[in-house]
Amino acid sequence: MKRILWFLPLIVAVAIGGFALWGLVADRDPSRIPSVLIGRPAPAIALDPVPELGTPGLSTADLTAGGRPVLVNFFASWCVPCKAEHAVLSRLAREHGVTLYGVNYKDKADDARRWLNDLGNPYARIGWDNSGRAGIEWGISGVPETFVIRGDGIVVHRYVGPIVGADAQQEILSALREAGLKEPAS
Amino acid sequence: MTRLVSLVLIVALGLLPMLARAVEPDEILDDPKLEARARAISANVRCVVCQNEPINTSNAGIARDLRILIRERLKAGDTDQEVLDFLVARYGDFVLFKPPFKPETWALWLAPFVIFAAGGAGIFVMLRRTGQRDTAGPEKLNPAEEEKLARIMQSDNPEAES
Amino acid sequence: MIPEVGHLALSLALAVALIQSILPMLGASRGNLAWMRSGQSLALVQLALVAIAFGALMWSFVVSDFSVRNVAENSHSMKPMIYKIAGTWGSHEGSLLLWVLILTIFGGGVALFGANIPDALRARTLSVQGWISVGFLSFMLFTSNPFARLVNPPLDGQDMNPLLQDIGLALHPPFLYLGYVGFSIVFSFAVAALIEGRVDPAWARWVRPWTLAAWTFLTGGIVLGSWWAYYELGWGGWWFWDPVENVSFMPWLVGTALLHSAIVVEKRDSLKSWTILLAILTFSLSLLGTFVVRSGVLTSVHAFATDPSRGVYILLLLGIAIIGSFALFAWRAPAMEGGGLYRPVSRESALLINNLLLATGAATVLFGTLYPLALEAVTGEKISVGPPYYNAAFVPVMLPMVILAGIGPFLSWKRADLGGVLDRLKLVAGVSLVAGIAIWAVTTEGSILAAASIFAATFLLLATVQEWAWRIKLGKAPLSESLRRARNLPRSAWGMSLAHLGLAVCIFGFVGSTIWKSETVAFAEPGSTVEVAGFELTFRGSERVKGPNYEAIRGILDVTRDGKPVTTLYPERRNYTFARSQTTESAIRSTVLGDLYTSIREPADENIRNTWTLRVVYEPLVRFIWLGAALMILGGLVSLSDRRLRVGAPARDRRRGMAAAPAE
Repeated sequence: MKRILWFLPLIVAVAIGGFALWGLVADRDPSRIPSVLIGRPAPAIALDPVPELGTPGLSTADLTAGGRPVLVNFFASWCVPCKAEHAVLSRLAREHGVTLYGVNYKDKADDARRWLNDLGNPYARIGWDNSGRAGIEWGISGVPETFVIRGDGIVVHRYVGPIVGADAQQEILSALREAGLKEPAS
Repeated sequence: MTRLVSLVLIVALGLLPMLARAVEPDEILDDPKLEARARAISANVRCVVCQNEPINTSNAGIARDLRILIRERLKAGDTDQEVLDFLVARYGDFVLFKPPFKPETWALWLAPFVIFAAGGAGIFVMLRRTGQRDTAGPEKLNPAEEEKLARIMQSDNPEAES
Repeated sequence: MIPEVGHLALSLALAVALIQSILPMLGASRGNLAWMRSGQSLALVQLALVAIAFGALMWSFVVSDFSVRNVAENSHSMKPMIYKIAGTWGSHEGSLLLWVLILTIFGGGVALFGANIPDALRARTLSVQGWISVGFLSFMLFTSNPFARLVNPPLDGQDMNPLLQDIGLALHPPFLYLGYVGFSIVFSFAVAALIEGRVDPAWARWVRPWTLAAWTFLTGGIVLGSWWAYYELGWGGWWFWDPVENVSFMPWLVGTALLHSAIVVEKRDSLKSWTILLAILTFSLSLLGTFVVRSGVLTSVHAFATDPSRGVYILLLLGIAIIGSFALFAWRAPAMEGGGLYRPVSRESALLINNLLLATGAATVLFGTLYPLALEAVTGEKISVGPPYYNAAFVPVMLPMVILAGIGPFLSWKRADLGGVLDRLKLVAGVSLVAGIAIWAVTTEGSILAAASIFAATFLLLATVQEWAWRIKLGKAPLSESLRRARNLPRSAWGMSLAHLGLAVCIFGFVGSTIWKSETVAFAEPGSTVEVAGFELTFRGSERVKGPNYEAIRGILDVTRDGKPVTTLYPERRNYTFARSQTTESAIRSTVLGDLYTSIREPADENIRNTWTLRVVYEPLVRFIWLGAALMILGGLVSLSDRRLRVGAPARDRRRGMAAAPAE
């Protein structure tokens, strides 16, 4: 017993070293926080449409209306990475039959309209979150962020940052498929 | 962003804090009591997009949104705990600078007391043993040790001088 | 050309360090005196080579040689000269070079000033120092070469982060490193002693000046960083328990424990293995700090430009150094106990409890700093540990230590009369209690922690003064006798009193600036006034000013009190053109009673124009923090000067002379 005491510093040092090594090599982003929403019903949402855009707004009922999984994407015209993922989202909606809803986060209506007109509008519905309150309800830390919602309204996946690159697309697609996405036979 | 310091070398770091902006005049509540509560709460809520600072001193947009939200909820009559619960429900325990006491953090909260108690117990055992040696053992000192002891007493004990 | 010279010097230094890490050690185990003594010349040659490399890098900064990548990324031709020089250690690579320079300075110091240390111990110590050099020189040469050239040098540099272009921060790293790295020599002494298998009072005496020097520098480094953050970050905070702060604070706590436990080894030949453990721990925590700051494993305000390969290399170095030395400890230390007898109530026990409290405090900080990482590794959950945790877990542990620091010096070695001592401190305790209760009564929230802190600090302050007065028999003997006694008081006793006073003064500053802080935030247009803590500030407007590498807008604030003009303050908002970033330069009116702290910036809401967000903070007693730290540093220096007197003159003889003096 006494003998072990002398080894105590060594044991503690090895343990700390182990955690430090894990911190270095593990595939982790120290600044990312896990979402508390996963496995829980999507937060209530009731957003007006972006003025004069023509795309309908977004409310909680819309999330479960089709009984199929939906993708909820928080975006803004001032967000550069959003531009990068825009093409990917468009393709998901067009080619994979994904129901894509958008939340336009803290944006000016004019800017949002111009942005969507320039790039195209893949969103079936867009809620205008001018105050950023919906963002807080959903616990986002910035844009873009994307959530996969199952047909019964449960949040099953969250993606932080732009969905670009094959891995990210695959991650989103498999989450959608697991949630029951029916893709059009192509 | 922040306050603080760097200690270490900040110097070396390439990226660094932006500067404190913190609470803005247009956010402040008229009721000083509510405002004080809002400050106290937001000093302990971590900004989710910043590195390691409270929303109180952060100039990130979302920090400002949260400061305003906290004030709205206080005005609506929430208790401090209800405001914190509201934030935790959306962002998780991560936003609390004071980690809640729960099984995952027992070790964190209890560690100081356990370490102190273990060390204290160790010292107690040790002192008792040397104490026993002390009372049992003056005659065991050999003359050389006695002399050494006397010398130490003489040279190091300030009272020996007086 | 010059950068290549620097690079070459570094490579040679590595070669020298390799020899230094083996030859003297071998000499010591074989009894070969020439080999043992080679350590001294090797350490000096290594110092010279690293100094050449450091000079070469500094030269590149001074002449703005932008073909060196490090210079191009961290300097600009328009930058003021002082910050060009400070730019030498303003980047990861450069600061590492400074780290190694200081390592070799301490090695050289032992070579030059260690004449009274036995050859074998000195040889082994220098070899261990050589191991550390090899690790860090190779790290620098293989992963972070400060002299790397650019194929296409830019016309001008990218400038240094403007927050770093500041005198406080220019001096902060050298001092911090002198502390951090200074503990390396104590570590080397400890490892050498473990290898030798012998620790005695003489060992403690040789180690003491180095510990004291490192501790003094570390205190200075931490305070400079805190002071810088206070005035430069525009918020008036001086400590936030950020991981990078914590990692510099832990070596300080453990180093402070070491300073005290080494006294017990020196005077009473006891607590030996514990002291060795502290010596290893202090430097290990310094290394941990280096790792945390440079690897990015913890989220901190000061995340480094993260490079995992660098992190892995440092972790490897750390692993070898720390695990190796702890393994050695587990193997050799058990044989080392022994030594003096003492009663539960004695100076020894008091120092033991002081050590327990400091160690518990350091462990608490370590736990708080690393727990989020550990929890994430185990459960994937992320939590934050911030100031409320440390206020609840760390501060209560420290308060008894503060009180103990007041009582301890009254206790005699071996066996003390606690009742008698407490009886003598009755008055001091009573006054402190009144002070604490008064604070509790006048603060609106009635903060127990603040009241307890004031009680402890007042107690320490008064008890320290009383102990000093008792030593020189102030009032009990004729004044001339007291003055003579004060003069003859060992410098180390003076140092202790000063450092303990400093701690007490610091605590007044901590508490005062926390509980009585008052703050006003307002939109300011020309003519608007705000009132804080009895001061009235009138915003007269703003004007443009131009600096060497920035443009600024500065606000003009007339400060009056009771209608009488006090001063005019000029807080600035600077825009650094080349670095493309902005800083807030606070304007502070500082008095002993408190600081009136002002800063301006643009409102957060973009729709609000033609106005400034004016922040005015009154921080009472905040100067006490810097003043207290200065006292601690002074205490360290005074105590150090005592040691120098002792070199070559065995203390015991000198003391005997002193003890004989009263008989004259």
